[in-house]
Amino acid sequence: MAEELRVVLRNYGKINPLNIDDYINAGGYKSLEKARSMSQMDVIQEVKKSGLRGRGGAGFNAGQKWMFAYQAQADQKYVICNADEGEPGTYKDRIIMESDPHSVLEGMAICGYAIGANKGYIYCRGEYPYVVDILNTAIAQAKAKGVLGEFDIEVRMGAGAYVCGEETALIESIEGSRGEPRYKPPFPPVSGLWGKPSIVNNVETFANIAIILEKGADWYASLGAPSYPGTKVLTLTGDVVNKKFIEVPTNTTIREVVYGFGGGIPGGKKFKAVQIGGTSGGFIPESLLDTPIDFDSMAAIGATLGSGAVLVMDETRDIVDVVERIAKFFEHESCGKCAPCREGTMRMYKLMSKVNKGQGTAKDVALMERLGRVMSVACLCGLGQAAPTPVLTTIKHFRADYDAKLQ
Amino acid sequence: MVDYKAIIAKYKDLPGGIIEAYHAIQKEQSFIPEEAIIAAAEAFNIPVKDAYGVATFYSMFSVKTRGKNVIRICESAPCHIAGAAQVVAALEKELGIKMGETTPDGKFTLEFTECVGQCQATPVITINGKPYGDITPEKIPAILAEYK
Ligand SMILES: NC(=O)C1=CN([C@@H]2O[C@H](COP(=O)(O)OP(=O)(O)OC[C@H]3O[C@@H](n4cnc5c(N)ncnc54)[C@H](O)[C@@H]3O)[C@@H](O)[C@H]2O)C=CC1
Ligand SMILES: Cc1cc2nc3c(=O)[nH]c(=O)nc-3n(C[C@H](O)[C@H](O)[C@H](O)COP(=O)(O)O)c2cc1C
Ligand code: SF4
Ligand code: FES
Repeated sequence: MAEELRVVLRNYGKINPLNIDDYINAGGYKSLEKARSMSQMDVIQEVKKSGLRGRGGAGFNAGQKWMFAYQAQADQKYVICNADEGEPGTYKDRIIMESDPHSVLEGMAICGYAIGANKGYIYCRGEYPYVVDILNTAIAQAKAKGVLGEFDIEVRMGAGAYVCGEETALIESIEGSRGEPRYKPPFPPVSGLWGKPSIVNNVETFANIAIILEKGADWYASLGAPSYPGTKVLTLTGDVVNKKFIEVPTNTTIREVVYGFGGGIPGGKKFKAVQIGGTSGGFIPESLLDTPIDFDSMAAIGATLGSGAVLVMDETRDIVDVVERIAKFFEHESCGKCAPCREGTMRMYKLMSKVNKGQGTAKDVALMERLGRVMSVACLCGLGQAAPTPVLTTIKHFRADYDAKLQ
Repeated sequence: MVDYKAIIAKYKDLPGGIIEAYHAIQKEQSFIPEEAIIAAAEAFNIPVKDAYGVATFYSMFSVKTRGKNVIRICESAPCHIAGAAQVVAALEKELGIKMGETTPDGKFTLEFTECVGQCQATPVITINGKPYGDITPEKIPAILAEYK
């Protein structure tokens, strides 16, 4: 069986997260020092060459994004760590911040040096007040030791809105407004927080940075799948024996995740489906389990890696019922700024409820397919665009489950 | 009596600090009354409608009275399939109220929430933000006793 590969979680369980000396003794903050001895451009090139792509779900090349912010001319720039982690079934960023907060701070400080920013924010979801305390302790210790130099980091708390994980909504929230997404472009690297060039990266993305500088871009690029190198922290939920988090190279297959690391389905039951990437991800049937989890392989089968949540369902699960629940989630979390999402998520939920209650017809299913296709292109932000994915992928792969409930 | 103005004053010079100020108020009394919204609007120099707009956008904030202890039940898909509905039924029975309601003595409010990021232990509830995992109906009386 394939083994876990702990790159991001290299210090998990080995150091006391509340003691900066532990992190330093494990080699911590050496990469920041190294970065500061390099030119800004060389740091960016190294990150770019490593092939590291955003672990928040969209998979954008991190070094490329930093380049945009580096090139932008401004008197002030910002580094923002996205710790909103709203995707149901996901808790990987919490594990990283709880076990090794300094790895995130170091990654942010390296980014700050590279793009020319002296101020960082961590936007941590309001559901993690205990993580906020850990981060504030870590920041205070780093300041006392002077390891961050001129780079300042402040923690801000979200307050229970899934959409605030979307980077421009997150920026609105830090500015003290309702978390409604902005029109893009301009993208944040050009105009972000208070209109200034800003890098928004995920917690796991930042936690990869120090080790890339330590061991080199070539080392990192050689791990996992060539087009999406490195590892991914996954969180296993639902009908699996091992409900836990794992960190694996990105060329690991879904089957290895579910049956190897996950230990298979409990109670001798059969596999039915797995939804990867959280509630906005696609449902995957048995026939596609040999797909590697990397971003592009998942996209090729019409699924997503997303946040790395892995929700396994056994043969007894009612797929239509689960998708109705998911449709309600989107109806509730839609921010209401644009009509295709505000109205679309509401209609989708109503149709799913109707079908789930046994009152739907084949026409309703066809209507949902059409609505879903429209939403995936017409909605303003990723929330509305991804909202129909669970509906569309289950109609595609589990049509019989719908048919069994139709009139 | 909570001194809203004094709490808000601590955040007044923090750019965008209104959300932090609301969190601080809710730490004291579990909801944000109109008086506090008006005080926040003044301190952050924004129209009252905007201060109200922020308070109502975020699901962790409430502009309506809530009980002293806010119990939230996660109903996201992983908790849903792990039996969140049974947890809801057991809590409603134990407290004698429905979801969204507050007990007559003002001690407990029941609310739904989406995923709180403790999915290794579904189903999950939180009480005043503190998570409790692997909840079964049998475990509920003992947990509630901590807050009575
Ligand atoms: N981790 C979690 O809890 C959640 C993750 N997601 C994920 O979020 C993803 C969608 O995120 P979005 O930010 O909407 O994707 P996006 O593709 O619009 O952007 C991805 C990143 O690349 C940057 N970018 C893209 N084009 C750029 C350009 N031309 N110039 C400069 N920067 C550019 C963006 O600023 C952003 O940081 C989904 O794939 C989903 O998996 C969604 C919900 C929750
Ligand atoms: C509705 C929605 C919610 C999102 N939630 C998160 C989140 O909780 N955490 C995160 O890192 N990215 C989230 N994203 C993606 C961010 O917009 C952005 O792509 C990401 O933070 C960039 O960081 P990365 O390049 O390091 O992945 C979300 C996107 C959408 C559309
Ligand atoms: S797609 Fe939905 S969440 Fe995104 S801006 Fe439109 S209404 Fe808001
Ligand atoms: S799904 Fe309920 S805590 Fe994550």
